[in-house]
Amino acid sequence: MKFLLVEDNQDLANAISSRMQLDGHVIDHAAKIQDAIAFSETGEYDLILLDIMLPDGDGRSFLKRHRDGKMDTPVIVLTARSQVSDRIGMLDLGADDYVTKPFDHAELQARCRAVLRRKAGKSQTVMKVGDVVFDPVAGQLTVNGEVVVLRNRELRLLELLISAPGQIFPKGKLVDRLFSYDDDVSENAVEVYIGRIRKHLEGSSVRITTHRGLGYRLEHD
Amino acid sequence: MTEAVQASGSLRNRLAITLIGGAAILAVLLFFLVRSYAAQIAQQGQDRILGASATSILDAASIRDGVIEVDIPYAAFSMLGTASDDRVFYAIYQDDRLLSGYPGLSLPDADLDGNGPFRTVEFEGADVRRVTASRTLIGADVRTVVSVSVAQTKDALAGTLNRISRNAALFGVGFFALAALLSFWATSTTIGQLMRLTNSVTRRGPQDLSPFAKPVPSEMVPLVSSLNNLMGRLDQSLSQSEDFIAEAAHRVRTPLATVRSHAEATLQRVGKEENRQALRSMVRAIDESSRAAGQLLDHAMITFRADHLERQDIDLVELVRDLVVRLTPVAEMKDIALILSGDKTAPFSGDPILLQNAFRNAIDNALKYAPSESSIEISVSTSPETSVKICDQGAGFPPDEIDNLATRFARGPNSDGIIGSGLGLTIVRDVAAAHGGTMTLRNTPGGGACVILSF
Repeated sequence: MKFLLVEDNQDLANAISSRMQLDGHVIDHAAKIQDAIAFSETGEYDLILLDIMLPDGDGRSFLKRHRDGKMDTPVIVLTARSQVSDRIGMLDLGADDYVTKPFDHAELQARCRAVLRRKAGKSQTVMKVGDVVFDPVAGQLTVNGEVVVLRNRELRLLELLISAPGQIFPKGKLVDRLFSYDDDVSENAVEVYIGRIRKHLEGSSVRITTHRGLGYRLEHD
Repeated sequence: MTEAVQASGSLRNRLAITLIGGAAILAVLLFFLVRSYAAQIAQQGQDRILGASATSILDAASIRDGVIEVDIPYAAFSMLGTASDDRVFYAIYQDDRLLSGYPGLSLPDADLDGNGPFRTVEFEGADVRRVTASRTLIGADVRTVVSVSVAQTKDALAGTLNRISRNAALFGVGFFALAALLSFWATSTTIGQLMRLTNSVTRRGPQDLSPFAKPVPSEMVPLVSSLNNLMGRLDQSLSQSEDFIAEAAHRVRTPLATVRSHAEATLQRVGKEENRQALRSMVRAIDESSRAAGQLLDHAMITFRADHLERQDIDLVELVRDLVVRLTPVAEMKDIALILSGDKTAPFSGDPILLQNAFRNAIDNALKYAPSESSIEISVSTSPETSVKICDQGAGFPPDEIDNLATRFARGPNSDGIIGSGLGLTIVRDVAAAHGGTMTLRNTPGGGACVILSF
């Protein structure tokens, strides 16, 4: 997916960008409202991540302008405030959702997915591997013409594996993707979800192989 | 929080007492003035008749053959007739010798100081009004002075005076009553202006620091303008401190977000287990501090708003539905379903920001303790009382601790490894209390914790 990140703090912008790029997203970064306007007018973005406090004004004015200009790119606000009233104000101004800094990337992804699902239809990224069609936004897997709705953890696990077919993902990495950092889970917890995905993929040309001591890998004929 | 203001006297009483006291003094003064003026006029009437009577007697005096003859005309006394049967006295002197009439009525003593010919004297045990007139008669080689005194008792006059006094007194009382009524009216309209200002100050919401724009009487302009000034300064300092908090939060949270994002990204790249463990605990520490800071701020805001509860008409179902939509992505990460059940609509009068915060904390709590792939049921009902119930399918509250969980910073013994500040349930309880309701914690028989807010 293609994101526009509007954030004046260069360090944070770098950190977010590098984290998002790991998930295979493309990120453009604007440090000022001026730049953000220029970017959003010229580029096609799936989502805009907007900081509120910016050097040349309030992110809310960008929001208002964005909505008044009938732009329908969804906006998720990154806010440092925790006051509920402020959050509500931003939703009124046309933000689709918000996350409070510092945020969990898994939560940000979940929110992005939810927002995109609500706006259904626009520039959906559907992946095709072998004879399997995977729609990460809708959370659907089509195997042999049959549609399976994935549970969230199955979806996130498959999303990661399918992003790099043939690559071995260690169990530890998968656990970090599926569980929040305060869940104390053993690496074996991931096996349950691998088992479920394998079940969904039965009869297709795609399979997940176990590499003892190393991890899992998605392969297809 | 607000200290009682010491009252010193009352403007209303002071004004009313001044006005009514003034009216009483005026009424008494009016009474005496009217009475004395009326008495004067009545006296003048009697004097005129007495004078005419004396003159007519004098007119009838003549000298015939050197002898004084006075033929008192009938009219001289009949004109003095009154309804009260006043007695009339007369005396005629030639020089100083009594010719006829009542001796001792008067000695026509060298008349008259400045009071004119009229005098009020005591005669035969009664107050009489007496007039004395004299005339010089000149006959052939005779020259003599004839003096006539006519006097009349004052019964009729006293009657008239009594009547007038009574009327004047009635008039005075009427004047006083009317003036008192007017003073009450004037006092209450004057104080009413103040009360109206007071009301409009009291009725303002806690956030409303805009200046008063409505016109006020000119005497109140200085008060209102200094009030406006004060509110302007307050508004400024409030917004400054709000800006300060926002700025401080921004400064603290932005670097935390940077660290967290870097840690997460590094975690994706690092393979060595001990490094991964370090990064995980780093992320956990960041989450803990940011969550605690957030809840402390929320709690401060809730304490402030609960002190000045601003009620609005809202629909609890709609409020909870918004919240469910908002929290669904987070719930989905653990494959937890948020199920909204109960009534279709639940009209309620309350502070939406506080209520939303309370429900969010209760649901957050449930999300933290509920197992994956379970469901959390949120039901809103309006009967028998308005209540919101949030039940999860987790392990439930520890039975021994259930009474203490809502105390500030208290956390259950099963909270190990779960990030939290211990303020969540405190916030829920405080919000319920601010709306005159209660929070109940209960374990469902099948397992699972329920937080019930009833209003």
